[in-house]
Amino acid sequence: MKKGRFGGFGGQFVSEALMGALGELEEAFQGFGNDPAFLSSLESYLAEFAGRPTPLTFCRNLSQDLGCRVYLKREDLLHGGAHKLNNTLGQALLAKFMGKKRLIAETGAGQHGVATAIAGAVLGLPVEVYMGEVDIERQRPNVFRMELMGAKVIPVSSGTRTLKDAVNEALRDWAASVGETHYLLGSVVGPHPFPLMVRTFQSVIGKETRAQILEREGRLPDAILACVGGGSNAIGIFHPFLQDSVRLIGVEAGGEGIESGHHGASLCAGSPGILHGALSYLLQDPDGQVLSTHSVAAGLDYPAVGPEHSMLKDTGRVEYTSVTDREALEAFALLSRKEGIIPALESAHAIARLAKMAGEFGRDDIVVVNLSGRGDKDLAEVARLRGGI
Amino acid sequence: MTRIGEVFQTLDRPAFIAYLVAGDPDRAGFLAAAQAVIEGGADILEIGMPFSDPVADGPTIQRAHTRALAGGMTVDGFFDSIRDVRRFSEIPILLMVYCNTVHRRGVERFYREAVAAGADGMLIVDMPPEEGERAVRAARVTRLDQIFLAAPSTSDQRLEQVLQSTSGFLYLASLLGVTGARERLSDEAGTLIRRVRPRTRLPLAVGFGISRPEHATALRDAGADGIIVGSALVRLVEEHARDPGHMAREIHGFVTGMRGALEG
Ligand SMILES: Cc1ncc(COP(=O)(O)O)c(C=O)c1O
Repeated sequence: MKKGRFGGFGGQFVSEALMGALGELEEAFQGFGNDPAFLSSLESYLAEFAGRPTPLTFCRNLSQDLGCRVYLKREDLLHGGAHKLNNTLGQALLAKFMGKKRLIAETGAGQHGVATAIAGAVLGLPVEVYMGEVDIERQRPNVFRMELMGAKVIPVSSGTRTLKDAVNEALRDWAASVGETHYLLGSVVGPHPFPLMVRTFQSVIGKETRAQILEREGRLPDAILACVGGGSNAIGIFHPFLQDSVRLIGVEAGGEGIESGHHGASLCAGSPGILHGALSYLLQDPDGQVLSTHSVAAGLDYPAVGPEHSMLKDTGRVEYTSVTDREALEAFALLSRKEGIIPALESAHAIARLAKMAGEFGRDDIVVVNLSGRGDKDLAEVARLRGGI
Repeated sequence: MTRIGEVFQTLDRPAFIAYLVAGDPDRAGFLAAAQAVIEGGADILEIGMPFSDPVADGPTIQRAHTRALAGGMTVDGFFDSIRDVRRFSEIPILLMVYCNTVHRRGVERFYREAVAAGADGMLIVDMPPEEGERAVRAARVTRLDQIFLAAPSTSDQRLEQVLQSTSGFLYLASLLGVTGARERLSDEAGTLIRRVRPRTRLPLAVGFGISRPEHATALRDAGADGIIVGSALVRLVEEHARDPGHMAREIHGFVTGMRGALEG
């Protein structure tokens, strides 16, 4: 198999200017990734600063309603309010070990931008975050958070003015600034080594889940569900279970329904294509032009997906499905009411899928949902959609 | 020898390679611009296929891609544009495309269609040689030149690989970053020419940021075998999109000036 490939997917489809930087990053990741000083430093940031391990919560009420044993992996309780910090602390620390002087990042919902701003602030690295103008408008509080923590938010006015274009702009910046700058990519997408590196930093979710469920139940779960935007929280919880007989279910953004064409379901409705440096499932037209996407959850509003997910789809190891905006909004309300936990709209997609398929599980079946983030960032949007509080 | 190779062999001055985006501002406007570029004295015409996400390009060329796509440019239309040029000119034509365009069409099919339309070479901007085996094979089969880039950050080890995969000429990126006209010529261009020169007999053409006659003269003196100008031309297309006659005169004048600066 070629370097940086997951089956036939992945690779390094970037301009020549970036090849040196990717090589340097790969080397640093392999080196420091096994360096005790790096690993113990990361571990202490994760424990003392970020709040790991996050709890695995048994949902008494939801379990009763759905007729199976439902657990939530509480990434919503991680500092910053989402799983994103696992990756940004890992990469920012790596950048520091590499002697980089500046971090850049893209963000859609603002969660990854916030997590990068947090990591930059605590590690003393200046941060610049590219964010589409459309997203800046719909995620104001996160813009303010980033700025409070000293990050500079750079509006992106090209293309669809959303996440995809923010990645384009960050890649353009990086091509011109590779010497001093680390591009802190926010999901398991992009050219090698990003998908591998981000998976490594996010796998802490699955490793903890495994230990926690074994302690609580004395056995592995029957199924694990996670939402899939770029795919980092999903790979993070799936990866340590790939060799086990555990059903793994990835839930994409069905938007207004797959038939409507307004969605973000690249695995369910896309075809292999190359965007942002990797070959993976992509929403594209017959000429290979990338299509614009839609999701009520800004973090799932992305036309591509991590290459490892593409492989896991083709091998059949992971089932990929989608739920609509409406179903996600219902699940958002359901979890809030039943368990007193307001989920991120992204994570609500996984809850919605569980609610829809609960009939497939028996009373003693154990199902874990990765609650990738909390819903505070979505309150204004949900209120608006409901026609005001 | 290919038509592209012959250009470098026969000229006693550096070649002028002009980049335009197919369908920018529309099919007829592109053709007028191409005609002006050729009549102004360009030696090779490089035609870009617009892509929704041109990450290797700066704002000027991004806007050209957006204009062309908004005007309905397709891959079929792209090949039609090449045929349009071929109706009146034998100038060597190099295609500059993003990888997904080729991947989606099917690599072998894209190369066959490119040759049939009259192209002489291919440059896939976001495809380093590591990912280019299939394209290089398709280029050999169809006898197209496959052009790769070297940048100031390209290591000696990777340079070997780039040189082995390239035919026609080697594209030297004068700076790190994206395309776009710059006021000053990057100092790294001369350094890169000096570094690559002893390692290959391929012609070396320098691109990225070149916008003025004095840049052309400086690169000639630094030993470049060709210069590639994109954004400065595309900017003229953009400024005069509503008046094709005026646009053609401006472009003609610009190309003549750049050509003149390469002579002597
Ligand atoms: C809470 C939350 N979950 C999920 C995602 C989607 O990203 P990924 O699929 O990489 O986990 C995001 C992205 O912003 C997010 O904020």
